[in-house]
Amino acid sequence: MVTKADVQTFRNLNAETWQCIGMAQTFVLIAGRTSRQGTTLNESKFGSEYLEETQTLWMHVQDLAALGVEPGARVRVRSAWGQAEVVAQADKRGELPRGLVFIAYGDASSRLMGADTHGTGMPDSKGIDVIIEPLHTK
Amino acid sequence: MDTQTDALRVIENATCTFCGCVCDDMVLKVQGDRIVEAKNACVLGKAWFLNHHPEERPVAVVKGKPASLDEAVEQAAEILVNARYPVVYGLSDTTCEAQRVAVAIADWIGGCVDTTTSVCHGPSGMAFQGVGEVTCSLGEVKNRADLIVFWGCNPAESHPRHMTRYSTMPRGLFVPKGRKDRTVVLVDVRRTKTAPAADIFLQIKPRKDFEALWALRALIKGVPVDPKLEEETGITLTQWQDLAERLKSCKFGVLFFGMGLSMTRGKHLNVEAALALARDLNQFTKFYIKPMRGHGNVTGADNVVSWQTGYPFGVNLARGYPRFNPGEYTTADLLARGEADAALIVASDPLANFSQPAREHLLRIPYVALDPKETPTTRHATVAFTTAPYGISVAGTVYRMDDVPIRLRPALPSPYPSDEEVLRRLERRIRQLLGIGSETGTLISGQP
Repeated sequence: MVTKADVQTFRNLNAETWQCIGMAQTFVLIAGRTSRQGTTLNESKFGSEYLEETQTLWMHVQDLAALGVEPGARVRVRSAWGQAEVVAQADKRGELPRGLVFIAYGDASSRLMGADTHGTGMPDSKGIDVIIEPLHTK
Repeated sequence: MDTQTDALRVIENATCTFCGCVCDDMVLKVQGDRIVEAKNACVLGKAWFLNHHPEERPVAVVKGKPASLDEAVEQAAEILVNARYPVVYGLSDTTCEAQRVAVAIADWIGGCVDTTTSVCHGPSGMAFQGVGEVTCSLGEVKNRADLIVFWGCNPAESHPRHMTRYSTMPRGLFVPKGRKDRTVVLVDVRRTKTAPAADIFLQIKPRKDFEALWALRALIKGVPVDPKLEEETGITLTQWQDLAERLKSCKFGVLFFGMGLSMTRGKHLNVEAALALARDLNQFTKFYIKPMRGHGNVTGADNVVSWQTGYPFGVNLARGYPRFNPGEYTTADLLARGEADAALIVASDPLANFSQPAREHLLRIPYVALDPKETPTTRHATVAFTTAPYGISVAGTVYRMDDVPIRLRPALPSPYPSDEEVLRRLERRIRQLLGIGSETGTLISGQP
């Protein structure tokens, strides 16, 4: 069970701190709709295209390089509430400023949401603090 | 092959129910049991229409095994009647006729009724109650609006025809040159595909909408604003001043806001700030504000639950009268806290989009699911019904995002029952088990 104190501690750790302890870097995650997510869910939520779209994390090309991650490599994304392993890709359209990462709505984005809705019924689903670490698989 | 089924049929003025735009100018070409062309549909609409084809699934599945409709209704009714704190959830991708039966079921079993609004624009619904909504129809936007502001939304990807059919492009009575007569502003944290369609793009820092909206409220009233606003929001004070002047000087302005406001920290407070800004602007000009609603009939769900219980979502009926309390009676909370002990899920997929604690609890309790497609939620349901897709195979009423009701014109027959039919059977069996009314008595909605 994640407590409020845990969440606050997580938020208080800035990018520098994370780098110092050699884990990863902090980013702000936005989850949202994409055309491809919207079209492929009509085909099947178990289909390869939907799964690929909802398990891809988009980030600024320089952020990707700073993490030492090649486009298409797998990374682990952690929030105060959960984690997900996804494929990291470079944002070639210039949508994302540095420090902001995006993922289409789906299983991975849900794993990173908090359960607390702050009395609204709506968990924090956009603007979530996350850390990203490369997954070095052989 | 049967020449009759191969004959090409054309259904004009059909309605797309994929997103909240509910475009009702579809021209569908049907050959056999498939829609082969969807003229006027956007990329999402085409995927919606062209991917519906005969499923090879049983009409019902009980505990993983195919079952008859009657057997499944019996099992589903037993689950819901024996629950101590059931929740009826979903409803945004079905007809208003089905929605009202679902509310009746929640009433009989003394549970909560909640819609996908609660994890979409639920915070906006709370804000409407706090501030009010200066509202208008999309028809008025088309014919009158000379300033369109999109804030925290990306219609190019989530509502592809919004801009061409309703807001930025169409020629209107008082904007005869269409796009040339309008100024379009986008405020977002990402330079999305909507950005090229805007005259002005303000790339705001994440989680700073509240501060920006309050600064705009101050600026339009001539209250001095600290230049540090740039550091806070990522946008210069000059840019905010320019936007404030445009907001005040337009003839008919509209702010469309998305879940960039309602899903981000602050939630209903972000939306309240936007609603208050729109209200304030009416001291200077005509100004309106509308949420960009996602699912095809999520607006209908708000309307139906409101006119049946007095509240739009997150309603508890356990005491025999409705109580509204987001955070307490909303499904994401009921599940994450482990309170609900059974669920009826209609046309939605919480196992794909709820938080992990909520999903884990849903997997622990018995629940009933209705959906035209196989989803993670139907796959794990104790009782799952395969139903006919609304708008494609089922007639009925849906509400566009501006609260305009639209009638559906189905194109294809379906071997499966509609959500409404399954829910009516379920409601009838629940009443029988509870000893309410006669065996063949009338429904709460007054229909047999």
